[in-house]
Amino acid sequence: MNGAADLGGMMGFGPVVPEPEDERFHAEWERRILALVLAMGAAGRWSIDAGRFARESLPPSVYLNSSYYAIWTLGLERLLVATGLVGEDELAEGRARGPGADVRAWSPDDARAAFAAGSPYTRPAPGPARFAVGDIVRTRVLNPTGHTRLPRYARGKQGTVEAVHGAHVLPDSNAHGHGERPEWLYSVRFSGRELWGEAADPTLTVSIDAWESYLDA
Amino acid sequence: MSDHGIPEKVDTLESILVEKGYVHPETLDAIVTTYDGDVGPRNGAHVVARSWVDPEYRERLRADATAAIAELGYGGRQGEHMVAVENTPDEHHLVVCTLCSCYPWPVLGLPPTWYKSPAYRSRAVLDPRGVLSDFGVTLPESTRITVHDSTAEIRYLVVPMRPEGTEDLDEEALAALVTRDGMIGTALL
Repeated sequence: MNGAADLGGMMGFGPVVPEPEDERFHAEWERRILALVLAMGAAGRWSIDAGRFARESLPPSVYLNSSYYAIWTLGLERLLVATGLVGEDELAEGRARGPGADVRAWSPDDARAAFAAGSPYTRPAPGPARFAVGDIVRTRVLNPTGHTRLPRYARGKQGTVEAVHGAHVLPDSNAHGHGERPEWLYSVRFSGRELWGEAADPTLTVSIDAWESYLDA
Repeated sequence: MSDHGIPEKVDTLESILVEKGYVHPETLDAIVTTYDGDVGPRNGAHVVARSWVDPEYRERLRADATAAIAELGYGGRQGEHMVAVENTPDEHHLVVCTLCSCYPWPVLGLPPTWYKSPAYRSRAVLDPRGVLSDFGVTLPESTRITVHDSTAEIRYLVVPMRPEGTEDLDEEALAALVTRDGMIGTALL
């Protein structure tokens, strides 16, 4: 969707403010919401893509006015309510009104093992790859109301295939429970000029990772 | 930023989720310990330093970064599909996630606040030299800049150029020179 999270090329946010390497959190509640979001992954009721969609579909005025961990907090509330794990009434009252659904909660060791293992997103290829390294491609002009990982600034642009990464889970489908529908994934490189016009930095190129259905020959 | 009421919401969520049996408090503590200390940019610095001192390792890192990084014991969540990109005098790499906050956790830990900020995500793909100047970095005008927008589950690690005059340093001393920002591309070493 064309939401507030799709920030590439916007202006007016001011300078980037660096911070020291050991400054990971700015308040205790940030640690807790990080842990809650990761721990609730164990419930298996939503995918990483559904999680992203819950955050990016917040109203733009809310998204842009919230810190990142605040966005995670609001996103988790949405996911819990949408999946029926927690009722809106329970969030409003601040307490559980009844027992939970059948969810196996992680032990500390379960969590550590899950993080160490990760969850690869590569899948058996549905067929031969349509494109090869060096091919000239054009991204499609897509404006889906659901989740997509094709940023607005890179739609309808001509680029060059830089790498072929195998078949990966398609977020556009997986975010909405429509199956993983794996597709070939490519790195596509664009010139700054193609993306931003004649005034662009002539030394700039930008690459995105794009699923096959984002691309035309 | 208006995070008004958010800390209270987090408290409420935690108590409801614990009460419902969805999460164990000790697991939450373990997760915090993992990502507020155990996993961080020293892992990535180890990878970079190894690639500087061991040409064969460097080749393996170029060919299959996920496997090469796993050799040193790092991997897992948000690092399942790694790609290493090397800075040279001619080409400088910069990593961003314009759509959210994708970042190679096993080698760099959690992303800094600025990496997730609209200021960085909006401008890195349009005006990377402007972003670099916010970090006090000026590249030669002739240096090509390649920005990697992490739009899928591929995660990018920038291998900075080895500083001059470090021929006598061993791997551990070299790793100490490698900064988190250097491995994102917003700093030079």
